[in-house]
This record gives sequence, C-alpha cells and structure tokens, in this order.
Amino acid sequence: MTSLSTVRQQVLAGIDSHLVRRLAGPLLILLAAYGIVPLVADQYVIESLLLPFLSLSLAAVGLNLLTGSAGQLSLGTAAFMAVGAYGAYNVVLRLPWVPMLLAFVLGGIAAAAIGIVFGLPSLRLRGFYLAVSTLAAQFFVQWVFTKFSWFSNDNTSGVITAPQLRAFGLVFSEPTARYLFCLTVVMLLGLAAERLLATTTGKHFIAIRDNELAARIIGVPVLKTKITAFALSSFIIGVAGALWAFAYIRTVEPHGFNLDRSFQILFIIIIGGLGSIRGSFLGAAFIVVLPLVLSRLGSAIFGGIFDSGVVEMCQRMIIGVLIILFLILEPDGLAAVGRRLGPTLRRLLWRQ
Amino acid sequence: MMADQIQFFFEVLIGGLLSGVMYSLVALGFVLIYKTSGVLNFAQGSMVLFAALTFVQLREKGLPFAVAFLITLILMAVLGITVERTVMRPLLNRSPIVLFLATLGLSYIIEAGAQLIWGTQVHALDLGISDTPIQVGPVSISQFDISAALISGTLVAALVFFFQRTRTGLTFRAVADDPFAALAVGLRLSRIWALVWITAGLIALVAGLLWGARLGVQFSLSLIVLKAFPVLVLGGFDSILGTIVGGLIIGATEKLAEVFVGPLFGGGIETWFAYVVALVFLLIRPTGLFGQKVVERV
Amino acid sequence: MNEALPLPRTPSHPSPTFFLLFLFTFIPMHTHSLSRSFIGRLGSASLASLLLLGGLTGCGSQKQAGDSTTGSTPTAAAPAGGSNLDVNLKEQFFPLQSYRVGPYAAGGTGFFGGFIDYLNLINIRDGGVNGVKLTWDEGETQYEVEKGIEVYERLKDRPNIAAWNPLSVGIAYAMIDKVTQRRTPLITINHGRTDSTDGRVFPYVFPLLLNPYSETSGIINYLGTREGGQDKLKGKSIVVLYHGSPYGKETIPIYELLAKKYGFKVQQIEVPHPGNEQQAQWLTIKRINPDYVVLRGWGVMNPVALRTAQKVGFKADRIIGNVWSNSEEDVRPAGEAAKGYIAITTQASGKQYPVLQEIIKTVYDKGKGNLADKNRIGSVYHNLGIVNGILNVEAVRIAQEKFGKRPLSGDEVRWGFEHLQLDPARVEKLGAKDLFHSINVTWKNHEGDGRVTFQQWDGNKWNVISKWIAPDWALLRPIIEASAKKFAQENNIQLRTEADVDKVVK
Repeated sequence: MTSLSTVRQQVLAGIDSHLVRRLAGPLLILLAAYGIVPLVADQYVIESLLLPFLSLSLAAVGLNLLTGSAGQLSLGTAAFMAVGAYGAYNVVLRLPWVPMLLAFVLGGIAAAAIGIVFGLPSLRLRGFYLAVSTLAAQFFVQWVFTKFSWFSNDNTSGVITAPQLRAFGLVFSEPTARYLFCLTVVMLLGLAAERLLATTTGKHFIAIRDNELAARIIGVPVLKTKITAFALSSFIIGVAGALWAFAYIRTVEPHGFNLDRSFQILFIIIIGGLGSIRGSFLGAAFIVVLPLVLSRLGSAIFGGIFDSGVVEMCQRMIIGVLIILFLILEPDGLAAVGRRLGPTLRRLLWRQ
Repeated sequence: MMADQIQFFFEVLIGGLLSGVMYSLVALGFVLIYKTSGVLNFAQGSMVLFAALTFVQLREKGLPFAVAFLITLILMAVLGITVERTVMRPLLNRSPIVLFLATLGLSYIIEAGAQLIWGTQVHALDLGISDTPIQVGPVSISQFDISAALISGTLVAALVFFFQRTRTGLTFRAVADDPFAALAVGLRLSRIWALVWITAGLIALVAGLLWGARLGVQFSLSLIVLKAFPVLVLGGFDSILGTIVGGLIIGATEKLAEVFVGPLFGGGIETWFAYVVALVFLLIRPTGLFGQKVVERV
Repeated sequence: MNEALPLPRTPSHPSPTFFLLFLFTFIPMHTHSLSRSFIGRLGSASLASLLLLGGLTGCGSQKQAGDSTTGSTPTAAAPAGGSNLDVNLKEQFFPLQSYRVGPYAAGGTGFFGGFIDYLNLINIRDGGVNGVKLTWDEGETQYEVEKGIEVYERLKDRPNIAAWNPLSVGIAYAMIDKVTQRRTPLITINHGRTDSTDGRVFPYVFPLLLNPYSETSGIINYLGTREGGQDKLKGKSIVVLYHGSPYGKETIPIYELLAKKYGFKVQQIEVPHPGNEQQAQWLTIKRINPDYVVLRGWGVMNPVALRTAQKVGFKADRIIGNVWSNSEEDVRPAGEAAKGYIAITTQASGKQYPVLQEIIKTVYDKGKGNLADKNRIGSVYHNLGIVNGILNVEAVRIAQEKFGKRPLSGDEVRWGFEHLQLDPARVEKLGAKDLFHSINVTWKNHEGDGRVTFQQWDGNKWNVISKWIAPDWALLRPIIEASAKKFAQENNIQLRTEADVDKVVK
C-alpha cells in the first residue's frame, strides 16, 4: 500500500512540476500581454506596432491554415480581409441591432463564402495556376468595393470610417482597450486554429498538402477538405480584416487591401514558418517591426547626409536582401530557429 | 448602322489582339525562366523597369540608340548572372513558393536599386515609331502597335527556333524536362541557367522599350506583370507558343468585354475579366492551352 | 547569460542592432518549448514579439528633430507629451508625411520639396516667422495609409505642431478623428474630403483652395467660357474618363448635376487601375466623338490616355485634365501626343514669380534646395508645395498677430487657418502674383474660394491660357452641407457656431 501511495505521490508531484513547467511560461506571458503591456506601452507602440501586429498575425494564421497546412497557395489574402472588413462594416451599419462581435463573425462568414467561391478552382488547379487564379479574387473584390458605392454607404470618397468598437456593453475607444479587444479575439481564434490542426480535418489538410493522390487513396475527402480549408482560412482572414478596419486603422478603403498586402502576409508565413501557428506571430512581428527599425536607423544615421528618398530606397533594398537571406539561410522560418534554440537555452535556464 | 457596328467590332478586336501581343512579350520572360528552372520570376517586372530606366537615361546622356541598347544589354546580363549566382543557386531544390518569394524580394531590390541609381523621375521614351493611325479599309490601326507586334512576333519565333532547332536550345529543354538527368549526362546546369537569365534580361529590355514608349518610363512599368499573369495561366507557364496564343486571346476578349459587356456593370471590368477568362479556360484544361501535363507519381 | 548563445546557421545580418533585437526575440521562447499547449506557443510568440517591439521603441524614440539648414537645437530633447506647447523653444514644427518612394514618388518629391523650400526661405531670409523658426521632420509613407498613421503616431507628441499636410486622401481620412481630438489642423490642399469644406462639422480639416466638387465646376465653367458663354454648353457632349478608384468616382454626381443644369450630355467611362491599357475606352470615345474629354486620371493613366487618344485620332486640345492630371510628370512620358493638352490648376507653373526667384537665390544657390533635380524648380508639384508653404506660413503669421509672436498650439494655428484671407494685393506682396489668385477661408468655409486657371502643354512647358476662373460655389454648397450633416449625425457631432471659433486651447 505504502509503495503504491508513494508512486501516486510521485506521479502527482511529477504532474505538478510538469504542470508548473507547462503553464508558468504561458501564464506569465498572458499576464504580460494583458497586465503589463497595457500599463507600459504608450500610444505609439499600441497604434503603430501592436495593433497591426495583431491583425496581421491573425491574417497570417488564416493563410497558414490554407497554404502552410493544406498546401494551397493563395495570393488573394487581402481580398478576403477586405470582404471581412466591408462585411462587418455593412452589418453594423445596416443591422444596428446586431452586436458588433456577431458582425465580425458575419464579416468572417462573408469572407468564407467568397473564399469558397474562389477556392473552387483548387479542385482542378494546383501550384501557380491556382495562385494566379486567386489573383482573380484580388482584383474582382477590389473592383466590386470600388464600383458599388453601396458597400461604402455611398460615401463620396469611398473611404468609410469604422464606428467605435463595442462589445458586451463596453466601448473600446482608447488604444489600450482596442489592443485588449484585439488580443482576445486573436488569442481565441489562434487557439481554435491550433485545435483544428489536431482534429481529423487538420490531419486531412496535411495529408492533402503532402501528397494529394495518396491522400485520396487512403480515403481523405479531397474535395470537401480543400473547400473546408478555403472556408476556414478565409473566415479567419476575414475577421482579421475586420480587426484591421475596426480596431487598427479605423478607416477602410479598397486600396488598403491591395496585392501588396497579400504578398506581405505571404511573407509573414514564409518567414515565420509554413504550417506553424507560432511562426505566424513571429513572422508578423518581423514584418511589422523590420521596416520601422530600418527606417528609424536609416534616418537617424543618414538623415542629415542624404535626402530621405535615398534613405528609403536603401531601406527597401535592405528589406529585399534580408528576405532573400532569410529564405536561403532559414528554410523553416523563425519558428524553426526557436525550436532549435529551445533545448540549448532550456539547459542553460534549468541548470540554475 | 450595322456596318458601323461591325467596323467598330473589328477595331476593338484588332486593338485587343495587338495589345495581347504586348502582354505576350512580358509573359515570355516568365516562361523562359519557369521552363528551365521552375521559378515563377516575379522580378521580371522590375527587370523591365530597370532595363527601360537604364536605356532611357543612357539615351538622355546622348548615346546613340545602338550603344545604349548594347550597354543596357550587358548590364542586364550582369544582373541576370548575379541573380543566378546569389539567389537562385543557393535556393536550388527549394519549394516553388520559396523561390517565388525570393524573386519578390528580388523585385524590391531591383526596383529600389533602379530608382536609386536613376531617380524617380518619369521619362519619355521615343523609339522613332510614329503613332498616327493607318487606315486598312474602314478600320484604323495603330502603327506603333503593329510595329510592336512585329517585334514581339519575331522574338517569339526566334526563341521557338532556338529551342527546337539549336543544340543549346535542346540542352535547355533537357534541363527543363529533368534537371538531374541533364546533370547526369554532363550538361552544365549553372551555365545554362545563367544563359536563361541573360535571355530573360534581353526580353525584359525589349519589353521595357516597347512598354516604356507606350507608358513612359516610370515606376508603374513594373506593374505590367499583372497583365502577363492571365496570359501565362492561359498559355501554360512553360509554353513559348502559349504566350502568343494566350496573349491574343486575353487581349481580344478583355477589350471586347470592356467595350460590349463592361457598360452593363458600369465599366472598368477588364482587369479581373482577363483572370476570369483564364480561369474558365483552366477549368477545361488545368495546365493551360499548351502547358505540359505533369504526371503525378505516388 | 553572458555565454555566447549558440545560434545555429545564423544569417549574417548587416546591422548589429537589428541582430541584437533578433536575439532578444528568441530568448524567452525556450522556457516552455517542452509544452505543446497552444497558449504556450502563442504566449511565447507574443512575448518575443513584444520584446522586439519594445526594443524598437527604445532605439527609435531618441531621434533627432529639426533639419540641417535651420541649425535648430535638438527638439526631441524637450519632454514629449504633456503640454503641447513649449514657449522656451522658439520653434514651430511641421511634421511631414512625405512619399519619395513608390508609384507616386515623382509627385511627392515635388510637393514636399516645394513645401520644404518655402519653409527654408522663411527661415533663411526672415529668420522664421516673427523670430519663430520653422522646423520639420519627414517620415516616409509610400502613400500607404498605415505607414502614414505610423508617422503620425511617431511625430504627434512633438512640441508646437503647426499642421499636418499628408497630400493623400487615404491618410487624411484616417487622421480626421485623431487631429480633431488633439486639436491640430489637417491640410489637404487641392484634394481631400469634399464635405470637410464645411467648417461647422470639421473644425480641424482644411481642403484649401480647391475641393473635388469645385474642381469639377471650374472645368465646366472653363469649357463654357471657351465656347463663348455657359449657355453655349447646351447640346454639347462631354466624356469624363475617370480612374477606377474612389477618387476617380467622387465627382460622378457633380458632372451629372452640371449636365442637367447646363444641358450638355455627359458620359462617364472608367479606366481600371493602374490604367496602363486604355484601348477599349478610347475606341468607345472615338465612337461617341464628344466635344471634350475630361481626364480625371492618376499616375500612369494620364500619359497612356494621351497616347491612346492620339492612336485613335482624338485631338489633345479637346482633352482637359483635372488637378491630378496636370503635372509635367503626367504629360512628358506621352511625348508628342501631349502637345496641346489642357489642364486645370490652382497654381501656375514656371519660375518667373518673385517668390520662386527668391527661393532660387536664397535657397538653391546656397546648396540648400530640396529638389535634387534643379530642372524641376517651378514645376506644377513644386509650385503646389510652395503655395502650400505660403498658406501654412501665413496661417501661422495671422494666428501670431492674435495670440502673440511665439510658437503656437495646434488650436491657435487652426484659428489662423480660419482667418486665412489673402487678397490679390497680399498675394502680390508675398511675391506670388499670378502664381495663385487668392484665398478667403472662414470658419464656415474651409476651402477658401480658390480660383483656378488653365494651362496648355506646348511639348516643353505649361502655358497659362485662361483668366482666373471661379467655380460655382453657391451651387455646390448645399450638397456639401448635406453630406457634412450626414456625417455629423452618424458621429454625433454638434454643429459649431461662430462663438466656438474663438474658444482656443493654448
């Protein structure tokens, strides 16, 4: 009996320390993100770094499901963001009784619907043929939002101003409040995406990515899986678009969701690591911060010597060089760097 | 009234076909590189910009046409070889997405570099081809477009001949079919790839001159790649002949659609309509009109 | 932690600072890499990112302000935040959200070059405005909204900000809320949100000289005078070729309205962005064979329009360009095809005006000019920048008359803009006779009744071919007021009254 209880104690202790190990870090980070950041971050950090970082991270999580996990290359991400943003805006505008959170969901669903339509060619096309056909979504959606002023409530300039964020009877107007709102949405959807990958559907995604024919042979419903991938990915991207519009930039114009944005998000997932949720966040941080660091450094060091056009041009070249260097030197992205660094650093830390 | 309608239809059609040839010219650069190394080279647009900017600046410095052309060509060759050495070679055997993104990064470098060296000013480029319309029967046709189409056509014919009939061309095809086999039989891949990038540079130069004369030499020149994508999809990413046929189809249908269908939606549809046309074709033939069917292996 | 961290196959980064930041990113990540839980991954990613962000703000916030020519003391050393006003510092600050890279670089370089040149002139020639030096700092936006907002957030805590001048509709829109909250003027010369003309609803936004509606009316009035009277427009046919963007579509209802009023036929045709193919549109125009084509273009669309017009045999002197189709950059690439083309402008081009001569003498001859290419001095965008400089500086001067000859708060400068009344005599005194006509901003009318003139391209330069023409402001005002009112209702804004004008926050 005694030995059994000892074992049990040991097991419990083991679980305990494991749990502590497992949860201490994450909890600290959540505490930091929710508790400390709002206290220390000034408006600049929130408005120019954290908010775009969060929205782009979420969009990258969405694209990562499609491209990273299910292996379908898409160049239409910005279009789905636009659908989410305009969708949520129009729901809020035209159905004032709908709670704003639900409007975000509806915006996401609208994006998912468009995603399904433009995902249909994926049933027959692959690789760049598919990628180029998702460009059709990019141009079509931008055309629709420019052409039909109904979507922008007949505003003369076609630029719409998002109403204030409201949820649970609260108004999120201060930058800090918008940050917390964004953080929560991103955490929840990120968690959902992570969970999804553990389900059968998630496994099907990966099967199709790795070998479509083999997947078909072992009984993966290819058609359904591809469409699901497009729908879920577009949903998340759509919500990211709504966040971009409502929490971050506060004004929406079709031009803000152009091809460059799609490429930007593609960069995020490649640099962060294809198929890695954590990578989406790291990649987004990299892409949001890098140009700013370069721009600050550039104008601080060379501002007085060259005119700002020259400095900017050099920065753009450096960004290009860094991207290529990254692709050459770090095939699996920032997430992999983290993974490799992990054990070494853990040894360092646990030793003390 | 009916005759008038028909005449208008033909004017639009011919204008569209001629524009289409101009799209093919851009698409050609993509095909060449895709065919031999499997890279969708997004930087082709910035190469067009770089070539046109360099050429126009040399001309403005007073150099004669031929000299400016030659110097630019040499620069393009250097650029091509550098790209092959520093970007493509280290990325050998990596996934197509990574290669594509690398060329996207490359386009940042080339675009910014071109503007850093030559400035952001817009320039006019006069090739000495008059652009007053000529009358063919009742239909008036742009002289410039005809000349441009002839130049593009010649270039395509030359490339087709090169690939089908010359020894070097055959090695190109061997590399395209199976790089490892080509390597195994002793073909020097790196030299072939360098050659391909140089040829792509030449095409970028020709495209830069013709498009530069049309649009003016400025940043937007790099945006013409977006016109080339539907052509690529339609013609197949790896078919030289496909670019011409694809270009003609895309050019004609998008112009006809803009004129005759566009007004129903208030116009401005041609940008995405080209993609829809390409998509519809694709659903019938998933690898484009002339694209090679890839055999899937389990 | 002092031991060298083994970083397998680390990319060699050119910048050591960047490399450090990079390292920081990964330090926190290992603590729980055992954990497979999502929160763990997400959390570590977030923290890493936060650290990265923190590092950035640390290294970024000590940036030096001012510019080389004024020899100003480092403004950034002054405590940011808190009071917006630091009286000890005799400086008035202009944050510039410029764009010198990307598709619109040519326009941005000219405009911001002209603006800076004029500020420099005031500093060098007059020692500032009544002894208050003008300073500025540039942040590159590439014409992208989020970059513009980043620059705004970066510079908004600088002391003594006079006004924002983004020269981009998108960025201006995103700033309206923010500048209103912080009581700093937002200037959108020749562009911007039309209904911000109504100062009762938009106290801090100024679409100076010309809003898009007035531009439309100005063009039609010109065509009227060209035909020999507005009544002669009856039965004429006009095609508007517009850029496929919100900007391009903005004036559609105004052309319809004017067509109804004057009895001409109008047909509006869209060119999809970017506009490098216009075969279809011009063939349609050729078929319609209108009396005039109004070009509401942008960037590459303009030269292509002129070239394609030539291709289908439509005469350039029957094409009238709007304010974003009126620069040298718009016509030069079209070569011969642009000869005879006419465009509207609020500021004439050329360098014969005294103020430009002084800029050349005082600024450029001393090597302090902003334009790298001296041939662009006196070009349309450069002169627009100079006029913008004049209007900003004069607003500051007028506000100083009221509040004292010291650096002013944003709200005080707003008061200055709301009393920015420069009659032709004053304009002549400023050395800008014939460069622009006059301006008459009031608290209600933030546009200021700018007049327009028309220039014709002769293949080398623009030549003014008309008198100063007044748009039909009275006709447009009710539409603008209705639109502003709608905005006020949507956003619960109380209409200002005259009494509010003098309530100025120091």
